[in-house]
Amino acid sequence: MRTPISPVAVALAVLLVLAAGWAWPWSRMPIITFLCFGLAALGLTVLMRAGQVSFGHAMYAAVGGYATAFAVRAFPGIDGLAAAAAGVLASLAAGALVAAFVSRYRGIFFGMLNLGLSMVLFSLAGKLYAWTGGTDGLRFERPPLLGVAMERGQFELAMLVLALSLAVGIAWMVQRYFDSCAGQVMLAIRTNETRLEYIGLSARSVLAQGYVLSAGLVGLAGALLALVQSLVTPESGYWIRSGEYVFIAILGGSGHAIGAFLGAAVFELIKLAAAAWFTDAWQILLGATLIAVIFFAPQGIVGWRRRAPKPAQPTPAAQEAR
Amino acid sequence: MSAPATHELLRTEGLTLRFGGIAAADGIDFTLARGEHLAVIGANGAGKTTFINICTGYIRPSSGRVLFEGVDITRKGPRQIARLGVGRSFQLPQLFLDHTVRQCLELASVSRQGRLSRWTSLSRAADQRAVAEMLELVELAAHADDLTAVLPEGRRKLLDVGIALMLEPKLVIMDEPTSGVSSEDKHGVMQTLMRALQQRRVTSWFVEHDVEIVRRYATRVAAWIDGRVAADGAPAQVFADPLVRREVLGER
Repeated sequence: MRTPISPVAVALAVLLVLAAGWAWPWSRMPIITFLCFGLAALGLTVLMRAGQVSFGHAMYAAVGGYATAFAVRAFPGIDGLAAAAAGVLASLAAGALVAAFVSRYRGIFFGMLNLGLSMVLFSLAGKLYAWTGGTDGLRFERPPLLGVAMERGQFELAMLVLALSLAVGIAWMVQRYFDSCAGQVMLAIRTNETRLEYIGLSARSVLAQGYVLSAGLVGLAGALLALVQSLVTPESGYWIRSGEYVFIAILGGSGHAIGAFLGAAVFELIKLAAAAWFTDAWQILLGATLIAVIFFAPQGIVGWRRRAPKPAQPTPAAQEAR
Repeated sequence: MSAPATHELLRTEGLTLRFGGIAAADGIDFTLARGEHLAVIGANGAGKTTFINICTGYIRPSSGRVLFEGVDITRKGPRQIARLGVGRSFQLPQLFLDHTVRQCLELASVSRQGRLSRWTSLSRAADQRAVAEMLELVELAAHADDLTAVLPEGRRKLLDVGIALMLEPKLVIMDEPTSGVSSEDKHGVMQTLMRALQQRRVTSWFVEHDVEIVRRYATRVAAWIDGRVAADGAPAQVFADPLVRREVLGER
């Protein structure tokens, strides 16, 4: 069922990314952004496998980012890793709280409920000036990493290594989850919730667990992005950002955990190419890409599953053949 | 009603469900004993599926009670009732369309075990011996790795019941197990199903329109008319009932 991903190919990609980040300092930020967007899109992929799309998930990146910023400001000298962990914990907690009620909704209601929540959070982040620094965001001192205080270039390289290790490790773990019992029940939520209930399984509780995982993944992305920029802004939770995560998840496909990262790589390359050659037209490029994906690869880069395409209903010929 | 308490498996008392002025279930008092194979017959709209839906927790009745093994299940949902030992198949088989035949049974198997690992793969966590036995029992071994979405209708019916049987139920309710199956295959499908149910010593209750099949496989027949049990007893007796002959079988 699982498409095996060659470890050699992954190792090569990792080396390539490390070499690029080491050789060209300018490439570090785009690479870190790509890895973080990949992690966030992986969170959306978790939900898409259950047939659900959230148009507000960037709110967890904001929760992760603000919690990281609060931790650094509240505890001067705190390690960057500990601050990021605080961000992830905060997003997991927020995710659990929201999961308790959004897990009852499906489809457009699920998507819009998330969007609504993210809009509320976005305006709060912009208006509660005393806590969040308002629309300019919250700036903080660059924390040490593993006890080592670093210069900007060094810090970015270290963050790149951190984001890369986390991305590889987490993608592997999330893929295990996809293949696990709970992960397969998520797939079944997409096709037949009635039957799940009739075999004694609770779609709602399995979806709620998946939702918490997805919030944690987006929260980790938000924490890392805040850390590397020493800044968190309300924009990190804006609905356009949520839309970008959805875009990447669709682009990559939900057949395998690696899809989110392939989608993020393409997304980041489009942005880089657009910045270099079509400064005013990058949305056109993104839009055209999405149209092309939906027309020619509706299951994304990794495909839904590397198996013969299936008809939705048994064909009349097959019915007669029985 | 007539069955002794020890043999009673399911009982309903005054089960009523009204949609506006129409009673889909009109004060049904009904008892099913262990080991019975009950066929429910009746015209479309007589309330056969509604009765199943109420007894499996999909719909709440307006009034009345459902007791399974003496436990009141009226307010329980499909999930809890399934766990108590009532399996169900559907007129349109309810399968997991992104999964293979084997995976559908594996999902039921891990549900039976009562824990859903977030780490161990489905195929490893499932009881593979139970899955293999079920594949044999419902004659789907040759289709084990086919996606359910491409299965022919007869096989879908068999899998639908196979999934229910994986939970080791005491009762399986089948809603029109042979509808949508070609006439030459109906008997084969029904024979496989009934053999599986008998081998697992499962009590069954099935809705069926084909008189031939009812005569052959049912130990008892209940005829539904307008949300009520109009006749109930041995097949020969029920089919001889003038009301059943007129209202259900459509004879003049």
